[in-house]
Amino acid sequence: MKKEILFGLLIALVIAVFISPFASKSPDGLDKTAEDLKFVDKAEGKTVISAPIPDYAVPGISNEVVAGSSAGLIGTLVVFGVAYGAGKVFQKKNNQSKSL
Amino acid sequence: MHIPDGFLDTKIWAPMSVVAAGIVAYASKQVNKELGEKQIPLMGVMGAFVFAAQMINFPVAGGTSGHFLGGLLSAVLLGPWSAVLVMTANFIVQCLLFQDGGLTALGANIFNMGILGCLVGYAIYKAIANAIGGNKGLLIGTAVAAWCSVMLASAGCAIEIALSGTIPFSLVFPAMMGVHTLIGLGEALISTVALSYVLKVREDIIFDVPKV
Repeated sequence: MKKEILFGLLIALVIAVFISPFASKSPDGLDKTAEDLKFVDKAEGKTVISAPIPDYAVPGISNEVVAGSSAGLIGTLVVFGVAYGAGKVFQKKNNQSKSL
Repeated sequence: MHIPDGFLDTKIWAPMSVVAAGIVAYASKQVNKELGEKQIPLMGVMGAFVFAAQMINFPVAGGTSGHFLGGLLSAVLLGPWSAVLVMTANFIVQCLLFQDGGLTALGANIFNMGILGCLVGYAIYKAIANAIGGNKGLLIGTAVAAWCSVMLASAGCAIEIALSGTIPFSLVFPAMMGVHTLIGLGEALISTVALSYVLKVREDIIFDVPKV
């Protein structure tokens, strides 16, 4: 199983680091709808918190591709950790409450 | 399809956050029933894949792009409740780290793009997969349910935005459903290709293979 997990993570990292620079820059379905129907401005200046890596580009890296790929690398590893960690914590908790 | 802050009124995003939190809390109690200890790392792998794949916007007609959601594929591979947790992890990280989707809209985004695909999408998948049977059922069920999961997500998104008074339902609903009809085909294609690959290399990790 360990081999499969590393291989799966590797596939995700390759996508996030090496394929993400080729992603379409066009607005997605919701953004495009918001532009066409002219309600996109309702989100302007409404952001509640400022995130450390806005718009999938690591700040301070001038090369657009490197900034984007670095964001992909960080995000993939963080989501891996959070999802794995959540599974582990909840499983342990459930097993404990079962044995009580 | 990540809703930013500002599109949803408090009277919509607050209840959506409560509903999403309730479902995620319930999902957290179901992990044991779906996954053994050795399979838990697969949740990490699935989360990593969903995050990475969501970065890849593919062009559809008229200067618009779409991206993979992954809730349905996660549910088919890991089970619906584990998939809810995986998708939730992804949306929380996207929101807090990358400002993709507003904090006020986090519950709505988890519900639309995660929970609907994981639970309703999975029910659609299962009905089709069992009716057809075998690997054929698995793949056809996945393709159809994946498309449906995108339509459900865009319907949910459009309804919430309309109920918030941001834009009339008669305008936003047909526009969202129209553009996502095409984006849903991308979801069906990616989900089916990924599933065929897993079927080939590690069939045993698939959560619930339909009866033959």
